[in-house]
Amino acid sequence: MSKPRSSRSSAGLPAKPVQGAIVDTGFIPTRAKLIDVAAFLDRAERYAVQDDFRCAALRAAAALLIDGKPERARRILEKLSDPTTAPAEKSSGKAALGAWPSADSRGATPTTPRRRAKK
Amino acid sequence: MRYIEPHGHMVSRTTDDYQAMVTAGCRAVCEPAFWAGFDRGSVSGFRDYYRQLTEYEPARAAKFLLPHFSWLCLNPKEAEDLALAHDVLALIPEFLDRPNVLGIGEIGLNRNTRNELKVLEDHIELAVKHDQLILVHTPHLEDKLKGTTLIVDLLRSHRRVKPGRVIIDHVEEHTISRVLDHGFWAGITLYPDSKSSPPRAVDMLEMSGRERIWLNSACDWGVSDPLAVPKTALEMRRRGHTEDFVDAVLYRNPVRFLSQCPKFQIGDES
Repeated sequence: MSKPRSSRSSAGLPAKPVQGAIVDTGFIPTRAKLIDVAAFLDRAERYAVQDDFRCAALRAAAALLIDGKPERARRILEKLSDPTTAPAEKSSGKAALGAWPSADSRGATPTTPRRRAKK
Repeated sequence: MRYIEPHGHMVSRTTDDYQAMVTAGCRAVCEPAFWAGFDRGSVSGFRDYYRQLTEYEPARAAKFLLPHFSWLCLNPKEAEDLALAHDVLALIPEFLDRPNVLGIGEIGLNRNTRNELKVLEDHIELAVKHDQLILVHTPHLEDKLKGTTLIVDLLRSHRRVKPGRVIIDHVEEHTISRVLDHGFWAGITLYPDSKSSPPRAVDMLEMSGRERIWLNSACDWGVSDPLAVPKTALEMRRRGHTEDFVDAVLYRNPVRFLSQCPKFQIGDES
């Protein structure tokens, strides 16, 4: 298996970066998404589906947000990924589910039917 | 502003979208073959689809003075039926000389199965045999990391594949490096709920450099935005990126890759 290259730098920033734009335009929509995450986890508990492996994966991934390390987006994507390397013998369905069951939740089934396939 | 939409499934879009894209500055649209939302049951179903991609859709786009190009393949979602895949691949060469066909795509993997890998290998062989450009789809969500690695390894194992003639699409933060580091082109897809958002796409450009990368909307019959590419220009400008940067990523990069096929002529100044 090929290895990913080490993390890249921020050398591609604009010559004259508009630093204020990052927070001024990015904070409100990001705040909304964070509250959506919190509300989703609350909702999953109210509906007693918090043990679905996808909810567990979301909680585990969210922990990376505040671990103080860089490249959070890359690391969260990796945490939600299938860690195996061998091709599957057969397809389990057209659609992916968005998370990979952790060792302690392996074998658990989603609480809802598989969603419609995406392209 | 000018841009190329290098990946749009226009057969799924309304004519209004062509009008909006041209109004926003689109100079050409490229349409890879994809999954129709259901598995086609026969070779003749694919023949009709390839006729749609090479005859009808270019004519529809031409009404808006928009050059339309296409890529041909059997999508990995339909690769589990090896017998049908074999027959469909045998059909493709008769369409490769059509004036708007750029290459083989979007091939790749969906659930990373052995059958999908076999059909991917056959597609690569077909592309190499006919000296075609290659456009690769990478899997969704939790399957993307493993699938991208399998795809890169398979492409690298083929002696006659030239990485500079292959674009691997739908990269995200965890896959972009392994695509670019091996000399392939990378496509960043702008989707409302998955793949990448405009801010994340610009982040990746800033961290990975703007060489060998294109942006696309991959607009289709699902939740998607045919104007996602020009909208991303706003995110670039907000951060202070120059008009030259915007033009390089949204126009000159895709033109550079696609011009490796002599049929990609859009009558535009450089």
